[in-house]
Amino acid sequence: MEKDQNNILEEVTNSDYKYGFHTNIEMDTAPVGLNEDTIRFISAKKEEPEWLLEFRLNAYRHWLTLTEPGWAHIHHPPINYQDIIYYAAPKRKKELKSLDEVDPELLDTFNKLGISLEEQKKLSGVAVDAVIDSVSVKTTFTDTLAKYGVIFCSFSDAVKNHPDLVKQYMGSVVPSNDNFFAALNSAVFSDGSFCYIPKGVRCPVELSTYFRINAANTGQFERTLIVADEGAYVSYMEGCTAPMRDENQLHAAIVEIVAMKDAEVKYSTVQNWYPGNKKGEGGIYNFVTKRGICKGSYSKISWTQVETGSAITWKYPSVVLMGDNSIGEFYSVAVTNNFQQADTGTKMIHLGKNTRSTIISKGISAGQSNNSYRGLVKVIKRAENARNFSQCDSLLLGDKCGAHTYPYIKAENQSSIIEHEATTSKISDDQLFYCKQRGINSESAISLIVNGYAKEVLQHLPMEFAVEAQKLLAISLEGSVG
Amino acid sequence: MEAGIVATTYNLKEYLQGVIIARKHEIGLNDTPVVAQKRADAFELFCRMGFPHAALEKWRGTDLSRALNYEYQALPEQPSADIDIEKIFKCDVPHFETLLVSQLNGWYADRNNLLQVYPNGMIIGSLAAAFRKYPELVNAHYGKYADDKADGLTALNTAMSQDGIFIYIPDNVTVEQNIQTVNITDFKQNLFLNTRNLVILGENSHLRLVQCDDSINHDVTFINSVTEVKIGRNATLDHYKMQNKDDHTTLINSMFFHQDEGSSLSTNAISLNGGLIRNLSHVTMSGSHSNAEVYGLYLMDRYQHVDNQVFINHAAPECESRELFKGVLDDHASGVFNGHIKVHRDAQKTNAFQTNKNILLSDKATIDTKPFLEIYADDVKCSHGATIGQLDPEALFYIRSRGISEANAKILLMYAFAADVINKISIPELRQRMDDMVKKRLRGELSQCEQCVLNCSTHEHQKVDFKIDLSKI
Repeated sequence: MEKDQNNILEEVTNSDYKYGFHTNIEMDTAPVGLNEDTIRFISAKKEEPEWLLEFRLNAYRHWLTLTEPGWAHIHHPPINYQDIIYYAAPKRKKELKSLDEVDPELLDTFNKLGISLEEQKKLSGVAVDAVIDSVSVKTTFTDTLAKYGVIFCSFSDAVKNHPDLVKQYMGSVVPSNDNFFAALNSAVFSDGSFCYIPKGVRCPVELSTYFRINAANTGQFERTLIVADEGAYVSYMEGCTAPMRDENQLHAAIVEIVAMKDAEVKYSTVQNWYPGNKKGEGGIYNFVTKRGICKGSYSKISWTQVETGSAITWKYPSVVLMGDNSIGEFYSVAVTNNFQQADTGTKMIHLGKNTRSTIISKGISAGQSNNSYRGLVKVIKRAENARNFSQCDSLLLGDKCGAHTYPYIKAENQSSIIEHEATTSKISDDQLFYCKQRGINSESAISLIVNGYAKEVLQHLPMEFAVEAQKLLAISLEGSVG
Repeated sequence: MEAGIVATTYNLKEYLQGVIIARKHEIGLNDTPVVAQKRADAFELFCRMGFPHAALEKWRGTDLSRALNYEYQALPEQPSADIDIEKIFKCDVPHFETLLVSQLNGWYADRNNLLQVYPNGMIIGSLAAAFRKYPELVNAHYGKYADDKADGLTALNTAMSQDGIFIYIPDNVTVEQNIQTVNITDFKQNLFLNTRNLVILGENSHLRLVQCDDSINHDVTFINSVTEVKIGRNATLDHYKMQNKDDHTTLINSMFFHQDEGSSLSTNAISLNGGLIRNLSHVTMSGSHSNAEVYGLYLMDRYQHVDNQVFINHAAPECESRELFKGVLDDHASGVFNGHIKVHRDAQKTNAFQTNKNILLSDKATIDTKPFLEIYADDVKCSHGATIGQLDPEALFYIRSRGISEANAKILLMYAFAADVINKISIPELRQRMDDMVKKRLRGELSQCEQCVLNCSTHEHQKVDFKIDLSKI
């Protein structure tokens, strides 16, 4: 049995990235390197107003005073920020009316991913805002959404068409001086998505964006802003795959979510960027700042993430529970294989009374990877009757990987209840034996156990997404599970 | 402000550096060449690192700056040979037979007999004297387990300590008596004390060790104590730390345990009072099949601060560690728990469990807990749990519905909470006494001991009980 297991683990460790292909589209790129001119170039390219250029420049000047954080449990060669192209956009700028106008090669890319716009439109009723290398090329279902007053467009369009909203909320959750990578993003962000749900509207469809990093040597710096006004509800999905590349690509995104009184935002993401080959070469460096704020009372923000890709993941989707009785949730499955490194977790900052938060984190490490959970639960004096439950489990496959947990818990009042528990284990021989005894082979048994282990999180994904998530989980641990 | 230096108007670091340089010869009077070298290295490390500050990961939540702002006197003089330690201090735990080893201001107190050799080969005495008399034992163990590089205070201790207690248990010796060490401070000025102890357990030996910290007067005291313990193959150590200091005391108690194959350790830190207490239990399991149990209880109120740091280093396969830390914090008290379990790549079949539970009784009290797992081996079972909460209102209601006052019901529940740790004490007399003291502490009757932690005002036949009519339950 042990031999079987070893074979399986070997297969797991040796499987290659399935989504590695590259689309040839002409790019319009900024010169290599970062300085105020680059920022002015990006801003001019995107025909931005003066205030946004100021915002970028301020962020850049602050960024110059910062140093890259070194506290995460990750190792990588120093990043040369002057050796990156900060802007790349598909050249065609023409407004597109229908799918027919989209570059056939792009459509082909989507087809390979199994997410053809056409099909999604017909079958699932999902509005897809497809972003390829920083610029939105197609937004569907805009008309349907417009009927409800829902704004769902690319960030640049939002700057043009809804400057007041953007001005009001951009940087209100993640200030441009928040951290090194947030400052970098604020200075050079190229595009992203903007979403506004007006008062009392329950968004009729699940909003979805596909990001794809496409050109060699271009860091992608998206910025997403989701605002749910009083009593609004939206489920937002973001998924990513990236083509195979030898050089490391830097990715530093920002996601901001604002939930007003009684509003609810459900944010789901599946991340499957190129993790590097089995020798640990290449792969995406993913340094993301994601944060939501429950501004009004009885609001709710829920993060669900499935992380299978990237050479390095540095990501802590957080919730600031400001409104009384607000709720924050974090569900995460992080899989690392080969030489991948993930340092991910969440922060739940309890500021309001009767606020509640739940953290469920499942880490799976294989190969020679390192997988860390890092979280903070903080309850301030004013946050009476705050409640937190955290559970972070780690599963180890193979004896060369590492699993770590760094939970920080701070409580400053007597009426709060905080519970944290964590376990680390491997798939036990007993479990495997039990399955095999009932005629299930090792491979299926491991698959069964891993799926069961991650189920608690996967069940929080929207249905359409859950299917893909399971696929990705299977691909990441190819050879044994799926 | 230069990084690494705590802002003080009076610079304690410079003062101590000056003292170490000026009185170098006196400090290193008994050193073996090995010890002297370690001292020199540690001094350099201390000069570089200085005192720990809140920016260091291991010192988040514990702020030494106030304690470091006092003017201290370092290197107290040796006690005179005719001093009668019994007059200063007497331990009177009922039926608690111990072999008492006293330290006065860091010095081994019995100046007439610096090293006592017992018939079974056990040696107890002054560490400085052991430097001279047993250099080969000292060289083999001294400074091997304490990590000067990890902490400026440990480095300072290595550089500056003059004396402490030396205990050597030869192979195959089971020590029948409990050994109790008492560190007494009695000094006219504010005292900065570095004490250093070395305990060596030979193969198959067995020892029960009780360490008490106690102050006679109420001046400001900073005690920086480092104890290195080597537990030989298949040896067993039962270790207890009792802390009941006054509010002016800063007590940094760093324990470094090094376990060989098949050895077994149980250590229990009970902090009842103290201005600022920091307990470090650093356990390295270098041999397979060893076992460590690390327990702690802290009951803090007023402006007291307690910091428990536990580092379990699983460097060998098939070892097991268990941690249980429980705390009750009232008033403005603050607590820190930082539990770190590291399982090395080849430490397969490790079992490591860690639990930290806290009760906050006031909105001014704070707790900062960080249970931390770092695991590089796959065939392991590790878990940690941390809770912060308050007394269960339903349980309170149940007790009150049986006619017990709210105050008593709370005490009963807190006592039950604390009893989990108390019950781990394996010496019956000590357990009984700690049990009584915790009850007193919870009733607010015990603020600080007049003498020793074990020497509180209750006498032998006066039992401490709750003011509860048990017939009503």
